[in-house]
Amino acid sequence: MSEEEPKIGVYVCHCGVNIAGAVDVEDVIKYVEKLPNVAIAKNYVYMCSAPAQAMIKEDIKEHGLNRVVVASCSPRMHESTFRRVVDEGGLNPYLFEMANIREQCAWVHAAEPKKATKKAKDLIRMSVARAGLLEPLQKREVNVVRRALIIGAGVSGIRAALDLAERGFDVYLIEKAPYIGGRMVQLNKLYPTDEYALDALKPIMEAVASHSKIQLLTNSEINMVDGYIGNFKAKITIKPRYVTENCDACGECEIACPIEVPNEFDYGLSKRKAIYLPFPGAMLTKYLIDNKNCNKCGKCVEVCQKRAIDFEQQSQEMEVDIGTIIVAIGHDLYDPPEGEYGYKIYENVITMPQLERLLNKNGPANGELGFSGFTPKSVVFISCVGARQEPGIYKPVKEGQQLNRYCSRVCCIASLKNALEIKRRYPDARVYYLYRDIRTFGRGHEDYYKRAGESRVLFIEYKAEAPPIVSNNPNGLTVTVQDVLTNNEIIAVPADLVVLNVSMVPPADALDLQTKLKIPRGTEGFFQEAHAKLRPLDTPSDGIYLAGTAQGPKDVTDSAAMGSAAAAKAAILLVKGKVELEPIVAYVDLTKCDGCAMCVEPCTFKAIIIEEYEEKGAIKKRAVVNDALCKGCGACAATCPPKCIYVKHFTLDQISAMINAALIE
Amino acid sequence: MQHGYYIEGGLMEEGEFEPLIIAFCCNWCAYAGADLAGTSRISYPTNLRIIRLMCSGMVHPALVMDALMRGVDGVLIAGCHPGDCHYTDGNLKTERRVEALTVMMEDMGIERERLRLEWVSSGEGEKFARVVQEMTEQIKKLGPSPFKLG
Repeated sequence: MSEEEPKIGVYVCHCGVNIAGAVDVEDVIKYVEKLPNVAIAKNYVYMCSAPAQAMIKEDIKEHGLNRVVVASCSPRMHESTFRRVVDEGGLNPYLFEMANIREQCAWVHAAEPKKATKKAKDLIRMSVARAGLLEPLQKREVNVVRRALIIGAGVSGIRAALDLAERGFDVYLIEKAPYIGGRMVQLNKLYPTDEYALDALKPIMEAVASHSKIQLLTNSEINMVDGYIGNFKAKITIKPRYVTENCDACGECEIACPIEVPNEFDYGLSKRKAIYLPFPGAMLTKYLIDNKNCNKCGKCVEVCQKRAIDFEQQSQEMEVDIGTIIVAIGHDLYDPPEGEYGYKIYENVITMPQLERLLNKNGPANGELGFSGFTPKSVVFISCVGARQEPGIYKPVKEGQQLNRYCSRVCCIASLKNALEIKRRYPDARVYYLYRDIRTFGRGHEDYYKRAGESRVLFIEYKAEAPPIVSNNPNGLTVTVQDVLTNNEIIAVPADLVVLNVSMVPPADALDLQTKLKIPRGTEGFFQEAHAKLRPLDTPSDGIYLAGTAQGPKDVTDSAAMGSAAAAKAAILLVKGKVELEPIVAYVDLTKCDGCAMCVEPCTFKAIIIEEYEEKGAIKKRAVVNDALCKGCGACAATCPPKCIYVKHFTLDQISAMINAALIE
Repeated sequence: MQHGYYIEGGLMEEGEFEPLIIAFCCNWCAYAGADLAGTSRISYPTNLRIIRLMCSGMVHPALVMDALMRGVDGVLIAGCHPGDCHYTDGNLKTERRVEALTVMMEDMGIERERLRLEWVSSGEGEKFARVVQEMTEQIKKLGPSPFKLG
């Protein structure tokens, strides 16, 4: 508690007529003047204006104020403004309190001015009571390690790594897969440029692999992350390839290997060997062994001229110190449950990512839709698969299926691009496009839609309540759909190939990384940004940023942009070299703490430990807060039985005082 | 002006009982939602007194019990929707505490409707106003807190 008596200056803002129109400000001032510990009470037209700010600073000096209360708009609006003013006036900025008499009073009670005035008095009385108990707090400065860790080497991670390296910062870029490029290198062509995805990304991948400031670790995963902004410690596990640096990718081992397994790069459409190169042109251009499926027959060793195979290779652990982290772990694709639109039941029902692989000249069919050895005559696209699944309207296919209510943003344009591509290559093929909506929002997108129409792609609109049905008959597949635009006429479309436009979903390891980094994910499972509009790259954990599809469905354009943006944000910290920690953190009253440890488990951020100490010959225990890890959420304070751990600036005494003040008439 | 320790809450006016409802709102979602109700000029009853906290998980059960036993007619705890908590899972802890509180309240003869837990996002200004409206009407029907003197 402070030594001296509180001398509180209270300022009531008119905010023009915003407050004064409903609240009788003069009446409020007369009331506030008489409150205990109030030294002065003034009202003013706009408290955030320059003259008002000057007035506060003068009053602090002239009247020896040691607390300031401003009754005006929401603290979310101007708390930082007034804290700065108070600071400039020579008073600790945490000795400042705001009463919200605009958003939460005048604006919602405009029709009841008498009650609004009474409520304003009550709110100010509560704030005055709290102000009297506020304590001065100091921000703490810590150094920032000038290195960044980027988790995920897809297009956004690569973009971020390059941007940061070009600025002169050391970067660790780690990637779980044995190759970089993420999902982008599984694509065929990009819109709106129609260039090949791998060709477009190649120069950037090469730059990343050879940059002196980037340490690229493929086949690697995060084991653990500790620490706080500016001072993170990460443990990285580099998984063994069982193939050494000597490998020159000659491919003899692959020919010799007897084991065949489904190729995940081609989404199961082809097979690969147990020793394999992920795809032609993969970077790193080195083979690796899939240890789970390898039977150690040794045939690869026999043919390897470079003696590059080493079954004894162990995984390596690496510990790194970094200042900032960028999460760019990408996305997975919706895997329709068996039976959804005939998927996994009929061979010729595929997903759009699988189509991209088929159309790709390095894919399982060398670029032909020569799927099971045929040329399609009738291709049917079905949109919104695994997306926009509204409870009550969408009928789940599997028991306990999690519904994706969101729109996956990019499937419309991506599938229109592919519809055009099919028409271009197989002009005689009929292409049907079954959609709920066409969302071609971006630059050049509408052009694809127009050209598709001109190329005689047949567009059929269906409603979510009546989704298309895929069935089998002796001539092939039939897609039955209720055509909205012809008054719900039921149309049976013959199909050799059905392509499902599947959504992007959060990656399988999202939960694991969330737990390790302690950053939140939204209800859809993608990583949650700190503010949807104004802080779309920050996470609530300072120093950890988001990039790419890990944050939500988006295309290559937006992923690359976000990668660059995340690099810019990370660079702010790295350039400054120092960071201020908020003082609103937990604090233990050591005179009362008996080390019961009830506060330890609720702490999501693992900021509390119990330590032993000696007192009068006895070993005792007490809780200790690491205030660099503490986020000030108060979960501990709400659990403590003797109420001796509290969050500074939100102590239980301060809150109690507000409740008591509310009860006074 | 009476000293706050005595149970003199509730805003009696013209004979009609006006309940006093304390609302604990989290900074990131619920408080912002309440602000949005204001920016949108949505009217709701004047009986609410909002206390801003960083997280709904900051609400010590003792605060709620003290408030109710001192004569506060109703307590609203408003936080982020599950999955959206700024501190990952503070709101889930709140949920469990409210379950325990409800049991305690029943033991003490306080109606369970006097404590309400709501998830209000920063975009749900209308929902906030609706919750306040509902709760005020409900508490009015219940009458003053059983702990009020005089």
